[in-house]
Amino acid sequence: MRVAIAGVAESDLGEVPGKTVLQMQGEAALAALADAGLQLRDVDGIATAGGEGIYAPGMLMAEYLGVQPRYTDSTNIGGASFVAHAGHATEAIRSGQCNVVLITYASRQRSQRTRALGSIGAASGPLQFERVWGLPAPVGAYALAANRHMHEYGTRPEHLAEVAVATRKWAGLNPRAFLRDPITIADVLASRWIAEPLHLLDCCLVTDGGGAVVIVSEERARDLAQPPIWILGHGEAHTHLGIASMPDLTTTPAALSGRRAFETAGLRPEEIDVVEVYDSFTITVLLTLEALGFCGPGESGAFVSGQRTAPGGEFPMNTNGGGLSYCHPGMYGIFTMIEAARQLRGECGPRQVEGARLALANGTGGVLSSAATLVLGRD
Amino acid sequence: MEKPYPVPDAETAPFWDAVAAGRLDLQRCRSCRRHVFYPRSLCPHCGGLDLEWVTVSGRGTVYSFTVVHRAPAEFQAEAPYVVALVELEEGVRILTRLVDVEPAAVRVAMPVEVTLRGEPRLPYFRPRP
Repeated sequence: MRVAIAGVAESDLGEVPGKTVLQMQGEAALAALADAGLQLRDVDGIATAGGEGIYAPGMLMAEYLGVQPRYTDSTNIGGASFVAHAGHATEAIRSGQCNVVLITYASRQRSQRTRALGSIGAASGPLQFERVWGLPAPVGAYALAANRHMHEYGTRPEHLAEVAVATRKWAGLNPRAFLRDPITIADVLASRWIAEPLHLLDCCLVTDGGGAVVIVSEERARDLAQPPIWILGHGEAHTHLGIASMPDLTTTPAALSGRRAFETAGLRPEEIDVVEVYDSFTITVLLTLEALGFCGPGESGAFVSGQRTAPGGEFPMNTNGGGLSYCHPGMYGIFTMIEAARQLRGECGPRQVEGARLALANGTGGVLSSAATLVLGRD
Repeated sequence: MEKPYPVPDAETAPFWDAVAAGRLDLQRCRSCRRHVFYPRSLCPHCGGLDLEWVTVSGRGTVYSFTVVHRAPAEFQAEAPYVVALVELEEGVRILTRLVDVEPAAVRVAMPVEVTLRGEPRLPYFRPRP
């Protein structure tokens, strides 16, 4: 049996000072259900990652919505969580556990100023060996990966900057994007250092925001408001938690999640029309493109050069403006699915990738720790 | 603002005790003979439960590094500074701070050695000839 994304929605994005994260998730949930042509009473599965120390986030979210689910997923593997939830939901629906799974997320990291650079992990337990050194979390770990990639393959800061510049061009076509003014490679290279070799403009935004995605069985998908976006393949993996335990700093777990997603879909990377990958940092994108097989190891710098991922380029990527320019509330993964579904529906207006039939959404979590991949398609 | 400091527990106390005594000690698995870091009660390479503490050379090379400019608040006064992943001769990687070197002179693959210093005493690394 096939499983589909039937509804997607964002909450308010950017700066949302007057709302709670439950309220934002509730609003996104209702909007995604309305998008699908469903109601809360149709929901029999809940998935949410929680975060910020929330106890039993699935129970909290379901209770808030007035839903009594028979399927719950509170998996938290960082920013990849929601893409992983979609994979789990696919199998749960396939096995008959449930028919309509609602995935939600929201955070107010900008308004609450909770994204402190040192706040990931306590100085007790295994992370005591990392926190004592003042490596800013998570950017410092991504900087380590970037320097290693530069050492092994000759990747340059200009290659990283290509991603930031192209992504901002897409943001300029998205009215909901937080930063829309064009930037140049020189702007990226002239922006201040955060952790070398990453500049400020190599780093994602800190915004408020959230979203919801509705996953349904093929039977439910037939008579809904939107054309079904089929989940053709999915995969997930995690290889470590702390950066010192990452097996190879230039190979992300997307190499595993992507292979599984493509294998289950029976498709190859070159068949994908539009790609939405987690862009916490520009280096995240380069490493992910290699891991997913869109180019070979070490080739990502050349692959993105000449603005190939920008509007009008040969490889449309992060068409909503990404975490770099559109929205990044801390766990961006849900937005990769939302944008991929919208692209396949053909409803993206000026940023629409013409004729897109197959899309890939990839979430990354922690410090290149986790990955979850979906291959999506329309009829 | 107080900087994070190690909180030794049943598994990590021998490591920090050794550092305080002027040694860099790692666990080694008696079954597969591989070294293990961070300290734990089982060998993540083979699942063995018989681990011994051994004093190691303290020599390694820089696997990667970053020069930190925008630091966590409690470290900002020290910026810019170099945080590195050092690969020890024994095959494990350890996160550390590089000292006695200009940030601009640090390179991946550079040979380094441990230097125990600070309060509390921590395993920093510095260039070795």
